[in-house]
This record gives sequence, C-alpha cells and structure tokens, in this order.
Amino acid sequence: MSATTTPLVITGVSLYGDTTADLVIAKGEIVSLSAADAPAKARTLDGKGLVALPGLVDLHTHLREPGKEAAETIETGSRSAAAGGYVAVHAMANTTPVADSAGVVEQVWNRGREVGLVDVFPVGAVTVGLAGEHLAELGAMALSAARVRVFSDDGMCVHDPVVMRRALEYVKTFDGVIAQHAQDPRLTEGSQMNEGIVSAELGLAGWPAVAEEAIVARDCLLAEHVGSRVHILHLSTSRSVEIVRWAKARGVTVTAEATPHHIALTDDNARGYDARFKVNPPLRTQEDVEAVHAGIVDGTIDVIGTDHAPHADEDKDCEWAAAAFGMIGLETALGVVQKTLVETGKVTWRDVARLMSEEPARIGRIEGHGRPLAAGEPANVTLVDPKRAWSVDPAAMASRSHNSPFGGMELPGRVVATILRGTVTYADESMRGSLA
Amino acid sequence: MTGAVMAAPDIARALTRIAHEILERNGGADDLVLLGIPTRGLPLARRLAERIAIVEPSFDADARSGGIDITMYRDDLGRQPTRSIGATTVPSAGIDDAIVVLVDDVLNSGRTIRAALDAIKDVGRPRAVQLAVLVDRGHRELPIRADFVGKNLPTSRSERVSVLLDEIDHEEEVRILRSEEGGAK
Amino acid sequence: MRHLLSTKDLSREDAILILDTAGEMAKTQERENRKLPTLRGKTVVNLFFEDSTRTRTSFEVAAKRLSADVINFSAKGSSVAKGESLKDTAQTLQAMGSDGVVIRHSASGAAARLATSGWISSAVVNAGDGTHQHPTQALLDAFTIRRHLKGGEAGEGLDGLTVAIVGDVLHSRVARSNVWLLTTLGAKVVLVCPPTLVPIGAETWPVDIVHSLDAALNGYAIDALMMLRIQLERMTGGGAAFFPSPAEYTRLFGLDGSRLARLPQHTIVMHPGPMNRGLEISAEAADSPRSVVVEQVGNGIAVRMAVLYLLLAGEEVA
Repeated sequence: MSATTTPLVITGVSLYGDTTADLVIAKGEIVSLSAADAPAKARTLDGKGLVALPGLVDLHTHLREPGKEAAETIETGSRSAAAGGYVAVHAMANTTPVADSAGVVEQVWNRGREVGLVDVFPVGAVTVGLAGEHLAELGAMALSAARVRVFSDDGMCVHDPVVMRRALEYVKTFDGVIAQHAQDPRLTEGSQMNEGIVSAELGLAGWPAVAEEAIVARDCLLAEHVGSRVHILHLSTSRSVEIVRWAKARGVTVTAEATPHHIALTDDNARGYDARFKVNPPLRTQEDVEAVHAGIVDGTIDVIGTDHAPHADEDKDCEWAAAAFGMIGLETALGVVQKTLVETGKVTWRDVARLMSEEPARIGRIEGHGRPLAAGEPANVTLVDPKRAWSVDPAAMASRSHNSPFGGMELPGRVVATILRGTVTYADESMRGSLA
Repeated sequence: MTGAVMAAPDIARALTRIAHEILERNGGADDLVLLGIPTRGLPLARRLAERIAIVEPSFDADARSGGIDITMYRDDLGRQPTRSIGATTVPSAGIDDAIVVLVDDVLNSGRTIRAALDAIKDVGRPRAVQLAVLVDRGHRELPIRADFVGKNLPTSRSERVSVLLDEIDHEEEVRILRSEEGGAK
Repeated sequence: MRHLLSTKDLSREDAILILDTAGEMAKTQERENRKLPTLRGKTVVNLFFEDSTRTRTSFEVAAKRLSADVINFSAKGSSVAKGESLKDTAQTLQAMGSDGVVIRHSASGAAARLATSGWISSAVVNAGDGTHQHPTQALLDAFTIRRHLKGGEAGEGLDGLTVAIVGDVLHSRVARSNVWLLTTLGAKVVLVCPPTLVPIGAETWPVDIVHSLDAALNGYAIDALMMLRIQLERMTGGGAAFFPSPAEYTRLFGLDGSRLARLPQHTIVMHPGPMNRGLEISAEAADSPRSVVVEQVGNGIAVRMAVLYLLLAGEEVA
C-alpha cells in the first residue's frame, strides 16, 4: 500500500449516478464537493464518466484465516475486497479455530488492521464451535477490541429453536444482531443442489426450498416474539422472500441479504456437474431468481452480500459430491449487480449505494461506513466505470482462490478505484498513473 | 473412359454367365453357399443364387445365399469415421465343408476380400472359397484374384467405379466417374 | 459418438444404431470362435470405484472379445479422501495408454466430469455414476425387450410397447437411464413406486406414475415388467426411512406368483440384478419362464461390445 494520503480531487464525477460534483479528499475526509476548495498540491483525477458510491461494505465474507490459509488469508482477502470496491468486510466465524471467543475475534481484528487495506469486522459465532448447542460468549466478543455486533454460525444453521431464542434475546444487551444461515439440517442431509427438475434428472440429492423457508419463518416469528433483530443471510427462494415481506409488514425487525450468484444464476448451471456452481444455499430456479429481484426492488431484501467463500482448486476440480460448497465473489459483485439489476432498470446506482454500503453498515452498526458522499464525511469512496466492460478471468483475480462461477462472463463495468479514509487501497491500471 | 459402361441388359447377361461358370467349375450346385459382401454384394449374391436355382431346381436359393459383413475385420478402421456394421446371415447349417462363393460388386485393392476371408475363417471352415465380382477394376494391393468376373474394367486410380442396382439404388448401371480421391476398396 | 454418458443424450437413430450393432455382435457370440480382431491394439481401462464384479466382468469380456487389452483398476474407498483424487487416477491411467475408460463411481456426474474436464482425452463409457445413469444397462434392457417383443428386427424401436418399472426410482440410475431410452425408442413408461421414492421433478418426465403394483396391473397392458432392486438400508434408517418395513414394501410392490398370473401372456419379467429374492421379486417369479433375467446378462455383453466398437474402432474424433 503506497502512502497516498496526499490530498486528492476527483473532478466531474457522478455521485450515486445522480449529480455531477467534485470530490475533494484530504486527511481522510471529504472536504468539499467543489474543486475550487482543493488544497494546493492535490492530485487530480478526471472523474468524467465515473460513478462514485460510498465505499462498499460486505456483511458476509469468508477470509479463511485462521486455519485455511491455503484458500485465502486476511491479506489476500483484503486485496480481493479492495479490488471489488469494498472498504469494509465482515469476516465470518467459521474459521479454525472458530471465532467464538474474544481471543480469536481480536486476532482477526488485529490482523485486518495490520494489513490495512480494508476494515475487517470479525463476526462472532453464535454457538461454541458452531455446534449449535451452547451460546458462545457473545458479550465478551462484543466488549473486545473487535466490538463484534454481528453474530452468525454461517456455514451451519442455528437449528435448535431454544438456542436461537436465547441468542436473539441475549444480543439485545448490546444492540447486536443474529445473522442466520437458514437450513434445516434434517431436511438437507447429504444435499447437493436445489431439489427440483434438474436434481431429479442429474441424480443429485436435493436441497429442498422448504428447508430454508421453514427456518426463515420460525426466526421471523421468534424475533417478533422476543423483540429482537434478526438478519437472514443469502435468501434464495421465492417463498423466503414472501415470508420476509409478510414479517416486515407486521413490523418484525428482520433484515435480509441476497448474494450476486443468487440473483444471476440458476440450478440449470449444475448440468454438466461443474462444481464451481456448487454452493450453499444452492442455486435455485428462474422463478426464485425473479422473486429475489422483486424483493430487492421493493425493499424486502435490504442488502447484497457476497458470501465470498474461497476454496483450493482440488476442492472444486473433482466430482460434484466430493466438492466443497462455495464461490468467491468480492471482485465480481458490483459487476454482476450492475449487469442483472442496474442495466435492466430494476435498481439505480443510488439503490446500489443503499444495498451495498448504507444498509450493510447500518445493520452491522459500524461507524464511519455507509455515510453520505458529502462534506465532512469520512472519505470512503468506491469509483466505478460503468462502461468498462471486462471478461471475468478467475486466474487473474487478487483472491488466492479461483472458484468463481462467473469465469468467462462479460461484465459491463468495473471498480476503478477504492478509497478508504482518503487512502487509495485499489487502483485499476488505467488510474495508476494519476494515483501513484 | 467415363460414363456408363454397363447397362441393365449387360449386367443381367454377365450374372447369368457367372452363374453358369460357377456350376461348371464346381460340377453342380452341391454344397454351394453364396455370401454377398454388404452392401451391393448382397443383392448380387441373391440374383446369382436365383439363376442357379433355375438351372438346378434342387438348389434352395433362400437357404443357400446370405451375406457376410466384413466391417469388424477391415484393416483401416482407425483411419476412418466409425462405420455401422452390416448384417451377416449364413445358412443355419453353417459353412463347414461348403464351397463358399464370395460375391461383391467391385474388386479393387483386394483388402475387402482379405477381410472377408478373415471373417469367413471365424464363421467356419469351408472346403473352398471362390470369388465372384461384377467388375474387376485392377489396382490390386494384395495377392487376391477373382474366379468369376462380370467385366474387366481398366481404370486409372483417379477414377471411381459406381455400381447401381435396382434393389438399392432403384436403377441398374455401372459407370465410371472422375474423382479427386482414387477410391480404394 | 465420442462418449456414452447418459441415455438422455441418445437420439432415436443413435439408440437404434447401438441396438442393431449389438444384434450383429450377439450373432458372433453364437459362433465357435467368439473373438473378433476389431479392437486389437486398443486398451480399455475398467475404472471401478464401486464394487461390481458383474458389470466389470461384462465389460471385460466385451473388450476381450473384440481383442482389446483390458486393465482393471479397482479403487476402493471414498472419493472424498484426498489421497487419490479422480483426476489423478484418470491421468495416471491415460499415461499408461488408455483408449477408452469405463467408469463406475458413487458420485453422480463422475463420468461427465471425466469426459469433459479436460483431464484425459480417452473415450468415456459410464458404467454407473451415483444415482444418475447406467446407460449400458438400459441399452441391454431395450435390446432384450426388442428381441422378445419386436422379433429383434434391425431398425426397429419399441413403439407401442408399455414398460413398467417398479421400485426405488429416486435412487436408481437404471430407472433414469431406462426412462429416457425407452421413451426415445417409442415405448410408454409407467413408474411404479411409493411416493417417498419418486424424485420431485419426475412429474415433468414423459412417464406415468402410480403408487402400487396392483394399480399398474389393473391400469395398463404391461408388455415388460422391470423390477428394481430395493436397498434394505433405505428401509431402516430410523425416522428417515423411505418405507416402514420390507414386509410392507413386498405387500404393495413385490412381484409374486399371483401378480405374475395377472400379467398378459407375452409379458416378460426383467431385473437388472442382483435380485433380493422374496423382497421385490419372489423366487417363483424370478424362476418363471417369463423371466429373462439370465438372458439380460448375456445381452449385456453384446451391447457392451457394440458400445466399445462404436466408441473406439473409428478414427479419434477431435
């Protein structure tokens, strides 16, 4: 990371895709929206044609460190995040050891700060060892230096209703939120892909939609009953969307996430048994994808989260049943969102700012992120060139792993620079000249 | 020379002569089995059998004629796209000790006949194997010769001999065509 | 045809070509000298990750009758074990010079992965992948049905015939392969199984589905009755068992003497083997003159000879 703390002026950039302005950045802050206020010796960047968004915040990332550094480390994951326009990521707890104690979350917190490319907010496990039986020391994690507010057993479902109830009640102490990976374990024993027409033909054990929906419904009702916040990760089915819509209408404090792969791909991709398309929850039907889009448009779904899940090559270059579940996504998220939602007219860039920065920051209760692009605010900015089409090449990505389902896909636009509190953490080749 | 070299009457006369030659050479129709090589050898074997049955009424043309497919014995399988296998029908009594007359439309390099001899060997052990062809166009690559020939047709390698038979092509003719690739058979 | 992975990939022409070729191969197997020189110099590898002496032997005999060399590779153990990945095993065999690989594996899609991943360049024959497909079984089943009910005529399909498949369709690769192949060949297929053993999604298949063998016997003039093997593990997995007890299965779906007697005269009884005598099929039915189970095995060799010939004899397709 170069010491790019000299003042920076980005001229003529489109804020939120709406209004053209200049971004004058100095000492980690947005000083003004007019270049006239630029300090002397500021570097200038021509922002014509670019869109500026508040720095992206991912509520759902797997950085694999500690324990699976062969697939990704906090450093390589941070680089990947910055390349995708992210200034903050929430690192999920399913590491080895599991992040179920103040010690482990502080270790992740410290390493993230050491690398310094992205703000890493560790997510604390809900239960000890993700075993779903005993509550982890949520309070200790909340009070630690990592100030954990988001708790999740992601990878596993908190399936015991009593444990989920206790967790929901307990986090009220410090305004925390339980983020649930909704998957009834009994209905999904040995499951490989969405249960439906494709799985019947391919002979792969099905993961029925009801295994997600039943948990989503239960947890919305539990959250209502105890008056707590619940966040549903990677919503993937049409009925899950309907359930959350219904719950919100009743005033339940539920928020929901969708991933880029669940808005762009379907279970038809499993034909050919290419395990790059194996993920949990699985890719669903076209009908489900349309329902998720509708949920994003009407606000039922609050955030886009990547669920970036790196895996070593040998865990994907094999027969389907032997392959690991998961896809990387930090570097393709914005491009996929642009292609499937912005270019189709379903959402605007302002909506993207809400879905990928403002709401994630609000749900995660993180300060200084998801703030407006306005004078006096921290300079966390993602610069996008919506006309820079590119072909996804997993081998060329910053992530240590290559398990992207979008390999070979043409995406319409890309991140050209990422700025974290005034420091440029990522610059595309075209920008390097100006920002060196 | 290109164009038609045998019309329907010529073919018919040649086959009649060959049928008589077969009987003369073998002193009658005893133990004769006519096996045509698919595709066009099949109807030719059939026609020869019928002509023999006219002269020797005790000869059962149905039972004593059939076909032997040679695809699985070819020496050039791996150099061509996969071929479908034709039908092999031999008399239920087998061919041990029989006089087998192989029948084909054109004799060229001789490789088809070599494959047919291998195929016959796996079906049984005839007393003798003889060869009847409608056209011998020369260009032998193996020491194979026909016993009964309808017409000798000197050709150049760049030419192709095309035999058309009613049963398969709905016309009767033998013609020579110019071709860029010489047709090896 | 470059690989044989699934009967869903076979057009009617492809399927009839294989059956006709098998017919010619079958004739050669009735001669004294059953060997053909056709695949001399080619090497066929039997890559069996699941135990199966019957199928493996059948492929081995088929390859040897065509004069091919055979390497038997039996890799025990879970494919999940890192020690010997499918990719590594396949590449080792290719380095030894395999022209064709016959693979049986417990993971659905293993044959497809082998064929399309770029790990090897050999032709691939799927001998059974998980619960997905077992194409040569369906082909030998179709061949057997054609021989008995259509005179075994070349060029014929199975038009106008009704075939009932009875048993655990959910977990059966034999059922899936037969559903696609038999309907492609013009037959009507009826699946007979308990609702717990029908895949969700099968309602879109070109088949009828009924939930008792009696309903099938009453509702259809069945020409061929195919009994699938029931795995006892499916019955006894605690609360998640697909069926309350073996006795209940036999009562509703078992083929016994009295149900046998209700079939039309010409109906043949089939089973891919091995049979659970007394469970899905009674000894009386298994040994009745209508049972063609033993013949299926013999037809398997002719069909596999045909498949190996069609995949390996011609020039290598790019």
